[in-house]
Amino acid sequence: MRQYSLRRVTNAVVMGLCILALAVAVVPLVSVLWLVISQGVSGLSWSFFTALPSPVGEIGGGVGNAILGTFYIVGLACLIGLPFGIGAGVFLAERGDGPFGQAVRFIAEVLSGVPSIVIGVVAYGLVVVPMKRFSALAGAVALAILMMPTLARTTEDLVRLVPTTLREASLALGVAQWKTSLRVVLKTALGGILTGVLLAVSRAAGETAPLLFTSLNNQYWNFRPDQPTASLTVQIFNYAISPYEDWHQKAWAAALVLLMMVGLLNLASRLLARSRLQA
Amino acid sequence: MVIEAPIKVSVDKLNAYFRTTHAIKDVSLSVPANSVLAVIGPSGCGKSTFVRCLNRMHELIPGARADGQVLLDGQDVYSRQVDPVLLRRRVGMVFQRPNPFPTMTIYENVAAGLKLNRMGGNHAEVVEKSLRQSALWDEVKDRLHDSALSLSGGQQQRLCIARALAVEPELLLMDEPASALDPIATARIEELIHELQQQYTIVIVTHNMQQAARVSDWTAFFYMGELVECALTAQIFTNPRERRTEDYVTGKFG
Repeated sequence: MRQYSLRRVTNAVVMGLCILALAVAVVPLVSVLWLVISQGVSGLSWSFFTALPSPVGEIGGGVGNAILGTFYIVGLACLIGLPFGIGAGVFLAERGDGPFGQAVRFIAEVLSGVPSIVIGVVAYGLVVVPMKRFSALAGAVALAILMMPTLARTTEDLVRLVPTTLREASLALGVAQWKTSLRVVLKTALGGILTGVLLAVSRAAGETAPLLFTSLNNQYWNFRPDQPTASLTVQIFNYAISPYEDWHQKAWAAALVLLMMVGLLNLASRLLARSRLQA
Repeated sequence: MVIEAPIKVSVDKLNAYFRTTHAIKDVSLSVPANSVLAVIGPSGCGKSTFVRCLNRMHELIPGARADGQVLLDGQDVYSRQVDPVLLRRRVGMVFQRPNPFPTMTIYENVAAGLKLNRMGGNHAEVVEKSLRQSALWDEVKDRLHDSALSLSGGQQQRLCIARALAVEPELLLMDEPASALDPIATARIEELIHELQQQYTIVIVTHNMQQAARVSDWTAFFYMGELVECALTAQIFTNPRERRTEDYVTGKFG
């Protein structure tokens, strides 16, 4: 009997500690959300989403070009990164058991551990220096390099989940190996890969460091890949380090916009994953 | 029994290996056209490996290889001139578990071989014909564009048969096609084999000796990678030459 009550007390204490740990872990998340929303929401207006930034002291102005710029740079990054990332993943899953595959896997692992600012430096050297200008393309290359290793690993895992029997069904119909990999195996895994892509995109959209000295910034609309381009993250950075009160306000509002974008992407990938599980 | 039928498949001294394991040892047999050959034997005796050598699926497994001669209509499928991908269009295969393509509809599954191989012709017509041949048409004609996964296991297996038939193979390999199905679905598949025999030559692997007795004209008994005996089914089950065959078909081991 004494043992039993002791056990109940222990149980309650451990449970209490777990709840405490959870609460401590949740506090920063909630406070981030609370701060960004409470500080940012007053700066939101229709023109904040559509207008160009205004000079210091002038009322109004927005981050329309930065929102568009983020989409533009991330879109370009997808064009570059998705084929390589997904292609590498399919290769690793279908043919990656040899030494070459091991090497590729190892490199991907190392690459995914490289700090993003280092990747920014690499993109600077690869694109900015030869082109002699900052550009959306340079930013996109940096983000693409950042996305590729995670994409490759996610794709590999999901392609490996496709049952061998489906590969065999296709091969037994006289379908060539490469076509089987792309049209049957990859297609079967595509739903899951799309979830991974959305997560990679949302992470890339939140990156600042690799964009600082690649796509730089721009006060105007830009649709050319070879020109400096504004992005939400760099814009937030610039506003936040400025000495002006109204720019600080804009940094909060822009942070809220970024948070919403990333949140929506995450939500979309969740819904996608869930609908796939139900199907 | 039509013994004078032309020989469709002739296997001579076939050996197959997985790395260092010798899975098929010096097997020689032949299958007349429009007949059904049942391959029986205990688990791990090489039945599946044997049929997978006939459409060169065996060599796709890492470390696997095969040598010897497999003549399909007199042409050696292991000769250098033969492209295994093209060979597999002539030799259809149905697997142990139904494996329809989950991302495709019923129609797309049947048409998959035609589409992926860019084969011409009227796909809709071929799909209907193949589904009729596999006795599935009446059950699915109103929902051809539903997911293939909406079908029951037995229907999925007939769908896989239709998919194999759509590329118009000459030889149909079936690797325990009914082992994952209930008795009613199994009976339908067996009926189907009888009908398909009019047009195709069939090699079927089975664990079930009654099934072998019901569906096949010829039976080959494999044991530990060797072909113990290959003869008319009636003879294998009533008056086998080999003692081991008799012990196996009467259930003394296996």
